[in-house]
Amino acid sequence: MSDQPTRFEIQLNGEVHQVETDTTVLDLVNSLPIDPVAVAVERNKRIVPRSLHAETTLEAGDQIEVVTIVGGG
Amino acid sequence: MGSSETVTGNTPTPLTLGDRTFRSRLFVGTGKYSDAETMNAALEASGCEVVTVAIRRVDLNSGDNLLSQLDREKYFLLPNTAGCFNAEDAVRVCQLSRELGLGDWVKLEVLGDRKTLLPDPVGTLEACRELVDDGFKVLVYSSDDPVLALRLQDAGATSVMPAGSPIGSGQGILNSNNLAIILEQLEVPVIIDAGVGTASDVTIAMELGAEGVLLNTGIAGAKDPVAMAHAMRHALDAGWFAARAGRIPRRRYAQASSPTEGVLGE
Repeated sequence: MSDQPTRFEIQLNGEVHQVETDTTVLDLVNSLPIDPVAVAVERNKRIVPRSLHAETTLEAGDQIEVVTIVGGG
Repeated sequence: MGSSETVTGNTPTPLTLGDRTFRSRLFVGTGKYSDAETMNAALEASGCEVVTVAIRRVDLNSGDNLLSQLDREKYFLLPNTAGCFNAEDAVRVCQLSRELGLGDWVKLEVLGDRKTLLPDPVGTLEACRELVDDGFKVLVYSSDDPVLALRLQDAGATSVMPAGSPIGSGQGILNSNNLAIILEQLEVPVIIDAGVGTASDVTIAMELGAEGVLLNTGIAGAKDPVAMAHAMRHALDAGWFAARAGRIPRRRYAQASSPTEGVLGE
């Protein structure tokens, strides 16, 4: 286990982002400066339902989109 | 609409779209406000029930945005797909909006060109079909093309929303003839969306027979958004009543308003 990398890269909202091994979607969302209930998450273009955030573990190279509601016409 | 409708009371009748009824026929966007206080005051002054919102990536540095200060209990949030240039992205945004708890109602926009922000008719129709199949209630932004409007109705749109003029252009209603044809041909409610610059544009849209008007920049971009919101609200009411009141025909020459008999000196 000592030769396992402890951190890897994902794409978060189009930017390179470092996460630790075993980080879940919920961990990631909780680390953001926003109310976690106000977001929806896509992983590799597929929605991760809120009910699965806690049990979905991120993998290297994942493309994650975290979106929220903003003002618009 | 129609002249057979009985007009009573001093406010327009509620607007029914699909299985929902809305007390105001003015739909107002929440974009471009300088601060949350102005936005909330303008929405209040407009009397609107439906407000449009957008779905965007969370700002990783500051999660705060104006919309967190919107009183969500007071308004029906209608998420848009603004900024989508193909059907696939628009459908993704709608699914994310559903995941965000916004339900099945969406304002579909598939844009074809960044300079005009005119809709891509092919992508719009494709996305509309897909979303309707997936159970969404689709209020679809359209050009003022009567044929496209009919196709979108056939695709199952809950409302077709032709632009009066390009988004944010403030040019008002540019092709009233096309809009009149759309209004005559469609059975689903037609809402005029985009291009409104000032209150009279809203009145003209309603006088043409639109069931409602959707606008954003006309209020948010005005020097005094709250005053303009008041104006838009009353303009909508004025147009709704005028459309049902049976206007007089236009004539080339004058017709005296006062009796023509008994004039002194005759």
